[in-house]
Amino acid sequence: MRRALAATGALLKREVVRFLRERNRVFGALAQPVIFWALFGAGLGASFRPSGGGAGASYGEYFFPGTIILILLFTAIFSTISLIEDRREGFLQGVLVAPIPRASLVLGKVLGGTALALAQGALILLCAPLIGIPLSAGMVGGSLAVMLSIAFGLTSLSFCIAWCMDSTQGFHAIMTVLLMPLWLLSGSFFPSAGAPAWLRLLMAADPLTYGVALFRRILYPAGGAVTAGLPGLMPSAVATIAFGALSFGAALALASRPSRKGAW
Amino acid sequence: MTILMTTPPIVQVEELLHDYGSRRALSGVDFFVRPGEIFGLLGPNGGGKTTLFRILSTLLRPTAGRASILGFDVAQRPREVRAGIGVVFQSPALDRKLTVRENLETQGRLYGLAGRGLRQAADTMLSRLGLLDRASERAETLSGGLMRRVEIAKGLLHRPRLLLLDEPSTGLDPGARTDLWEQLRELREREGVTVLLTTHLMEEAERCDRLAILSRGSLVACGAPRALKAEIGGDVLAITGADPERLRSEIERRFAAPAGLVDGVIRIERPRAHELVPAIVEAFPGRIESMTLGHPTLLDVFIRKTGHRFWGESKP
Repeated sequence: MRRALAATGALLKREVVRFLRERNRVFGALAQPVIFWALFGAGLGASFRPSGGGAGASYGEYFFPGTIILILLFTAIFSTISLIEDRREGFLQGVLVAPIPRASLVLGKVLGGTALALAQGALILLCAPLIGIPLSAGMVGGSLAVMLSIAFGLTSLSFCIAWCMDSTQGFHAIMTVLLMPLWLLSGSFFPSAGAPAWLRLLMAADPLTYGVALFRRILYPAGGAVTAGLPGLMPSAVATIAFGALSFGAALALASRPSRKGAW
Repeated sequence: MTILMTTPPIVQVEELLHDYGSRRALSGVDFFVRPGEIFGLLGPNGGGKTTLFRILSTLLRPTAGRASILGFDVAQRPREVRAGIGVVFQSPALDRKLTVRENLETQGRLYGLAGRGLRQAADTMLSRLGLLDRASERAETLSGGLMRRVEIAKGLLHRPRLLLLDEPSTGLDPGARTDLWEQLRELREREGVTVLLTTHLMEEAERCDRLAILSRGSLVACGAPRALKAEIGGDVLAITGADPERLRSEIERRFAAPAGLVDGVIRIERPRAHELVPAIVEAFPGRIESMTLGHPTLLDVFIRKTGHRFWGESKP
């Protein structure tokens, strides 16, 4: 058990060290969402007139939690995409033949990605007061907990996809048709109120919707127009934790399958 | 030598078979490796070496048959096998962004080493492989030869009894190749490590204590390189010319010398084959393009055993 934890720790540390040594990754995961936020905030601000869930906030403010979740998503993708080549020819081959449980490998990778996502998300979170969202210590703590669960779930999900892929091109395709819509439909970008019924159904089925709702409810403890119509606090918390647990379980199951094809 | 014969083998492979879908990659391979040997798996690319390597390194479950390492079945007890082997892959398994020492330390933690024990193990391996002055450099800045050395240091960090290397000379210049072999021999002498490696290079295979030759998924020969070559005996005469099949049968008839035809080259294996050289040239004026006389090589062993030329060597 101790050896399994030490192995997890070593793999987690490696993720963080690598990330810090690849400056353009820091830039890519952080800058793109912030640029999105600035451009969409400025461009959509004038026409953003939601009928509910978001009313009363500027678009920049409405889009803020979604920007942080986009950072979590991008970091999850960037940190797991290396799995595809790494386990066929690269560092992970050595890990696959080490006498450690597969759970150590999965946990090391997922926690590494989660830690990186959380650190970057936290940086942006601290900017909230600048755009008119006052922060209390409780809000910061609650937000970090929500971000942690979401990042854990997204990194695990991204792990599953990367593990099943033969090429990074394939991963990009899945990212465009699955991961980006997961974010687009989460209520990060536009509220579900006012959307057609079929779209609302899709949004309700999106696990990220509950993470976003939870995040908003923590940032606006008094409720009001911004959180009107969103799923409740408890159901959202349960759904978000379940998403993390299920995604991690799936990642573990995939990585533990014995290989008959040789690439593991 | 008698001690070696009676100790149980480090690697034992029996009736090993592997299919990728409908393609058979290994069809019933048997061999064993004794403690302290440098054992080579020689074969052309696509001959089944990599599949065998992946099975032995616990990355792949065989379709049928058995392979055991240090007495543990690789498919049933992978954890025990993994603890006892060091693996060096063909493609570098170093993290290029980490320094040499960080690579070793990460590896050590995967094998249960920690603290002072880990530092000492890393220092020992770094100095043994002449890497101490490179310890704080990032792996990405190293040459191919140095990277391979770091891989070996990494593979030996936990003191495995068996070191598995997949095509260890790939991408190394001749000098680095010679260094690599010196290091493997030294490790065998000083640490008693048994080495199993795959190769498609004849010259590398020559350096092994014993060899298994794989072709199209089957084991075609197994033994010491010298013994394998001695089986052929005498000299090998290789002749090319127009209409080789007709030429072959005429040579056979005229000189009562059994001659084979492999990929358009006529081959005669017999003692004192040099005596035939002038006679054949005179007997077939203008019909001989080239004639090569030599002692049998591992390539000749391969051709004799398989009836076809070594893949990759068959192109002029």
